Amino acid sequence: MTMTATPSKPWAASAKDRAIDGAIFVGSLLSSYLLVFLTALKGKLAYFVCFFIAYAIFTTVFKGIQRGNAAAKDALVNSLVAIGAIVTVIPAASILLTVLQKGLPGISFSLFTNDMSLATPTDPLSNGGLLHAITGTLTLMVLALIMSVPIGILTALYLTEIKGRFTGPIRFLVQAMSGVPSIVAGLFILSAILYPITKGYSGFMGALALTILMIPTIARTSEEVLNLIPNDLREAGTALGGTQWRTVAMIVLPAARSGLVTAVILGVARIAGETAPILLLTGGGDKVNPNAFTGPMGSMPYYIWKSFNAGSPEAITRAWAGLLVLVGLVLILFTTARFLGSRKVSK
Amino acid sequence: MTTSHESENQEMQTSVKPSSLADVANAKAPKVPGTAALGTGLETRGVHAWFGKHHALSNISLDFAAGTVTALIGPSGCGKSTFIRTINRMHEFIPGAAMAGEVLLDGKDVYAPGTDVTKIRLQIGMVFQKPNPFPSMTIGENVLSGLKLAQLKVENKDDLLEECLERAGLWNEVKDRLGAHGGSLSGGQQQRLCIARALAVRPQVLLMDEPCSALDPGSTLRIEDTIRHLSDTMTIIIVTHNMQQAARVSDYTAFFLSDGGPGQMIEVAPTSEIFSRPQDSRTESYVTGRFG
Repeated sequence: MTMTATPSKPWAASAKDRAIDGAIFVGSLLSSYLLVFLTALKGKLAYFVCFFIAYAIFTTVFKGIQRGNAAAKDALVNSLVAIGAIVTVIPAASILLTVLQKGLPGISFSLFTNDMSLATPTDPLSNGGLLHAITGTLTLMVLALIMSVPIGILTALYLTEIKGRFTGPIRFLVQAMSGVPSIVAGLFILSAILYPITKGYSGFMGALALTILMIPTIARTSEEVLNLIPNDLREAGTALGGTQWRTVAMIVLPAARSGLVTAVILGVARIAGETAPILLLTGGGDKVNPNAFTGPMGSMPYYIWKSFNAGSPEAITRAWAGLLVLVGLVLILFTTARFLGSRKVSK
Repeated sequence: MTTSHESENQEMQTSVKPSSLADVANAKAPKVPGTAALGTGLETRGVHAWFGKHHALSNISLDFAAGTVTALIGPSGCGKSTFIRTINRMHEFIPGAAMAGEVLLDGKDVYAPGTDVTKIRLQIGMVFQKPNPFPSMTIGENVLSGLKLAQLKVENKDDLLEECLERAGLWNEVKDRLGAHGGSLSGGQQQRLCIARALAVRPQVLLMDEPCSALDPGSTLRIEDTIRHLSDTMTIIIVTHNMQQAARVSDYTAFFLSDGGPGQMIEVAPTSEIFSRPQDSRTESYVTGRFG
C-alpha cells in the first residue's frame, strides 16, 4: 500500500481566518469613520487613532473569544507592536515625501555646477546653484572624519582593551559629551579658538566643532562593538605570541570592522545636518572655497537656512531643493559606507 | 563514511569499562623521552595560583619530559586549566591573578625578570577548549597568523602552510579552498585549524585545554591521531575530562583534585599504571568512575 503525500502548510492561515482578519480590518475602519462622524474628533489624525484603537480592541476581543485569555494578550501585544512600527514609519515617510514633492521642482543640472556668488535670492532658479554648499559640506565632513575617527576609535580601544585607571572617568565623560548641545560645541570653538587665535571664519573651525560632536558617538558605538568581540580571539592572538597592540590591530579591529563602520556612519549622521555651530563658525560664503583654512565656507545646512530666510518664492524653492540634495547626499554616503563595511575579505 | 563512524563508536564503547583503560594505555608502544632536538623539556616547581584571595592551585611540581604526552585529569574546578595557563603565562591576564613557584623551560624560569613574554608564548603554544579561528581571515591566513602576529620571517610560506595543515590532519580537506573563511569549516575542522595555527610558529611545547570537549567522536579521534603524531616533535600537555582519551593519547597522567581547598596534584605516573595500579585511593575512585 502506497500513500502519496502532498505538501501542505497546516500552520498557514485558512481562508476563514483571512476572512475574519479582513472583517476585523473593515470593521475597525468603519468604526473609525463612525466615531469621527458622531463625536467632536476631527482631522486625519483622529481617523488614524480611532482606527488603531478599534483594531486593537476588535482583534483582542475576537481572539479572546476564539482561543482564550493567552491568545487575547498575544493579539493585543501584536497589534500594539504593529501600531508602534507604523507610528514610527509615518513621520519618516511623510518627511521624505514632503521633501521630494517640494524639492524636485528646484532640481536641475545647473544646480550642481554653479554657486551663488553671482546670484541673488530673487533670481530665477536657472541662475546660481549649490555647488559651494555641496563642496563645503563634503569638506567639513571629511575634515571632521579625519579628526574624529582616530580619536573616537582610540578612545574605545582604551575603554575595552587597555582598561586603564581612567576607564571610569573617561566613559563618564564620553557619555556626558554625547549629550552636549551642538550650539555649545560651536560657542566653545568660537570663544576658545576663533576669537583669540584665528580671528576669522573658516571651514576648519566648523569642522572642529563637528569633531567635538562626533567623537562621543563614534567612541560609544565602537566601545559597544568591541565589547562584542569574544575574548577567545584576544587570548588566541596573545597565545600565538602577539603583543597586545598587534593582536588588537590584526585580529580585534578586523573582526569588528563592519560594526566600526556603523559607528562611523552614526557619527556622520550626528553631524550631517548640524546647523548651529556652522552658522557660528564657517561664515557661510556663497562662492566655492577650496581652502578650508581661510575664508568663509558654505555648506548645505547654511544654504538651506539662508534661502528660507531670504523669503522670496525662488529662494524657498532653492531651500527645498537643497534639503532634497542633502538627504540624497546622506543616503549616498550611508550606502557606500555600508557596502564597504560589509564586503567580504577576498583573496 | 558510515562504516568508519561505526568502527569508531565500537572503539569508544570497548574502552568504556575501567579495567580496559589500562589495556588501552598498555597497548601503546612505550616512548623514549628526552630526544636531544626537543630541548630538555618543561618542569614546574611548587606552582601556586590565586584569583584574588581565592587560592586555586597549590604546590604543583611536575616534570614534562621532552617528546611525551601528559594528560591532566580530575573533576571540574580542580585547577587543571589554571595550571596550564600558568605555564604559558596566560594566567596573568585575569584581573587579580597571582602565582608562586617556578616554570622552567629548558632550565630557564619563564617568570624570571626580563623574560620576553611573547617569546615564551611562541615556544609554548596553546589550543583552547572552544575552536577560535580568526573570523576576518581565510584558512591559509589563519594558519600563518602567528607569524604575522609575532613578526617572524619565513622562507617559504606555502611549504609551511602545507606542512602545518598536514600535521594537523587537515590538509586533504582544505587544500582546494585555502582562501575560504575559517568559519566555514565544521567544528572539528576548526579545531584542527587552530592546532595547525599553533604549529606554524614551531612551539616546543603544546598545551591543549580540553581540545575535544566541543567535538563529535569522529573529530575527537582524528585529533587524538594528530596528537600522537605531534608527540614525535614536541612536548604535549592535554587537559581532558575524558579518561578514555587520556588512556589513548598520553604517556603520563596526572590526577588533580580539590577537596574544597585549592586544587592539588594527587598522583602522577605512566598512564598505564594510573589506570591499572593507582597508588592513591582517590585516584582509583576517580578512574573507576566512582566520583567526579
